[in-house]
Amino acid sequence: MACVTPEGKPTESGKKILNALKSGAASPEEIAKTSGLPLFRVRSGLRDMVQADLVKEEEGKYKLTEKGEQFIE
Amino acid sequence: MEELREEIISFPRVGEMAPSFEAVTTHGTLRLEDFKGSWLVLFSHPADFTPVCTTEFIAFSQAYPEFQKRGAELLGLSVDSVSSHIAWARNIQEKTGVKVPFPIIADLSKEVSIKYGMIHPGESKTETIRCVFIIDPDQVIRAILYYPLTTGRNISEILRIIDALQTTDKYGVATPANWQPGEKVIVPAPTTVEGAEERLKEGYECVDWYLCKKSV
Repeated sequence: MACVTPEGKPTESGKKILNALKSGAASPEEIAKTSGLPLFRVRSGLRDMVQADLVKEEEGKYKLTEKGEQFIE
Repeated sequence: MEELREEIISFPRVGEMAPSFEAVTTHGTLRLEDFKGSWLVLFSHPADFTPVCTTEFIAFSQAYPEFQKRGAELLGLSVDSVSSHIAWARNIQEKTGVKVPFPIIADLSKEVSIKYGMIHPGESKTETIRCVFIIDPDQVIRAILYYPLTTGRNISEILRIIDALQTTDKYGVATPANWQPGEKVIVPAPTTVEGAEERLKEGYECVDWYLCKKSV
């Protein structure tokens, strides 16, 4: 997983996504714009991060989980 | 083997939806759908650590900003492993200073190669040949190029095709032979007798009613 380590922690790209979510971005397009990551990386990263319980998805919008909040810098 | 051969000859075609896939890449697991909304150049190469492929990867990497300017992403593919791709990309950077910025599919199972008709047994029974699929933001295949194992691709031509397709989509025109951005484009030929009679009065630069050009 490109955004989550085998230990379940976010990689540098993962942290960019978490920080974008913290700053208010919620859709993959908004997260890509805020983080500077390509949209395809954001979409695949969000899948990984939902699976790792760092992020949750509701009706196409994404939010940090409590676990995800712990990695905000 | 018979089943494999059956699938190999079932090539995707221009104008059809690109076949879906989920694949392990050097940038994690990616799906075709992850690229929706962007142009995508999906291209295969025969093998990592081979000379022609290395020159192509350097050229694709150097041209990556040009693809980005056009809203296009690059996605490489071969039947090598992720570890091999990573080692090769690192070697290219170490030896030439060029960083490979795009993901590469590790198609060990040949699942994507078979779906896209990338293995041509007349050239090689085990490796993918040099295929290029230009896929639009709606994930329709807009152009396909095949090169043999021995001929490295012309990256400028791939960029030119994207420019031509984007110009066609924006202005509803066609582009002539050897067209380059900024040059005149072809107005679609009339399809009625009345249209043909009108065409020469419409102020275009015409050879005859069926071949008229304009600037865009």
